[in-house]
Amino acid sequence: MGGMTTDIKLIDENGRRVDGRTPEEMRPLKIEAGVLKRADGSAYVEWGLNKVLAAVYGPRECHPRHMQNPTRALVQCKYNMAAFSVDDRKRPGPDRRSQEISKITSEALSHVVFTEYFPRASIDVYVEVLQANAGTRCAGLTAASVALADAGVPMRDLVASCAAGKAAGVVMVDLGKEEDNFGEADIPVGYVPRTKEIVLLQMDGDLTHDEYTKGLDMAIKGCEKVYDIQRDALRRRYEARSLDSEIGAPEGVQKEVA
Amino acid sequence: MQASDSKEVSREIVVPGDLLDSSGKRAGPGTYIEGRNIFAALLGIKTVRQDTVGVVPLSGQYMPERGDMVVGKIEDVSASNWLVDINAPYPAPLHVNEVPWRVEFGETSKFMVPGDVVLLKVVGIDETRRIQVSMKEHGLRKLTGGMILDISPSKVPRVIGKNGSMIQMLKNATGCRIYVGQNGRIWIDGELDDIIKAVKAVKLIEEEAHNMGLTEKIKRLLEEGSRKGE
Repeated sequence: MGGMTTDIKLIDENGRRVDGRTPEEMRPLKIEAGVLKRADGSAYVEWGLNKVLAAVYGPRECHPRHMQNPTRALVQCKYNMAAFSVDDRKRPGPDRRSQEISKITSEALSHVVFTEYFPRASIDVYVEVLQANAGTRCAGLTAASVALADAGVPMRDLVASCAAGKAAGVVMVDLGKEEDNFGEADIPVGYVPRTKEIVLLQMDGDLTHDEYTKGLDMAIKGCEKVYDIQRDALRRRYEARSLDSEIGAPEGVQKEVA
Repeated sequence: MQASDSKEVSREIVVPGDLLDSSGKRAGPGTYIEGRNIFAALLGIKTVRQDTVGVVPLSGQYMPERGDMVVGKIEDVSASNWLVDINAPYPAPLHVNEVPWRVEFGETSKFMVPGDVVLLKVVGIDETRRIQVSMKEHGLRKLTGGMILDISPSKVPRVIGKNGSMIQMLKNATGCRIYVGQNGRIWIDGELDDIIKAVKAVKLIEEEAHNMGLTEKIKRLLEEGSRKGE
């Protein structure tokens, strides 16, 4: 970070960013809950040019057995980027980065799930990035928490996530791809709005203390906006859902082999 | 759980973390307490009955409770146990002492093999979530013939209806034999046409479980079917 140079003007004379946003403005965010039929819970998030799908299975028996915790459930997240999610083909399969994101997402979610209700069980969360444009860990965490609630997993609150950072010397929320690549710093934040707890905080790059405080404030404000959209998505799921109910009527019907 | 038709005035959908009450009511199922405040722990419908606030879930896994009647599938057989899948996050071993037959050690597979479907009762579940099931009570047995229909466990109370009114209506209209397991598995047996009619009705209940006027809709569907059949 900060090492790369570019001739892109990250901030123009009017204080606008590359995509015309002000430093305090987030990219448009759209969330839909319950998009997958086979999963216990699911969510789809479009955040700017990011497209992320999250699916939840469980609580169910934990495999492998040696991972079981006799006192609480395990939240196991798997973050994966599709080969076609970035400009150059992403080499498929787990790598250092996706392992890290899986781990921090699991840990952030474990803080809000009532894991003690399901000893020895595992709650599996799958985050698939279909299209990436900076900020996929925030989009992934946001989607995962909606999917968990959709799956009927008992939780203290939803986790909302948003990033802030610094590009061309200006502190701003929700960095886009150019700002992330050529900017100075990026701070993704996972936030529990009800209790004001921070469950994810990372920083890539350098910031002064004042810049950091300002960035964190901006990110938290962003999280609060995300939170409202998350709640709205969950409510909408049950207010109008007659549309998808037509697909595949007698599924789940199996002839018994006596 | 089942009395959600008439008493509810508000059908407010709540999301985990929503404040339900701070006036000192009692916390019901699907909620948690922090200080004097009660919050929703689940995505569901807020229900207030007398001095208790709770959340009726709209989705979620089946969690066994003592006394539940469930439809299980035999998964595995060992010398003195059958391992039954009852659609819960935990395995349910059925011990030879808990079946109505006398089974010699090692002869379990002569009675039931993987794939068989059984009607069971949950006789115990402890805080470590170890499940005990039994087949010894009256009416519990191995189920042969018919079909199995899986629905979301959170919709089971609606399929049964108040004091079993919905399921009784289904049975009368279709002439099928139906067992509804608390775990969201439904066993239906009868003439093929009747089974199809029953499956259709159950599917409709599952889809529209949280809407008003459900009983009327199902009644219409069932009557429509019988008129065509004549």
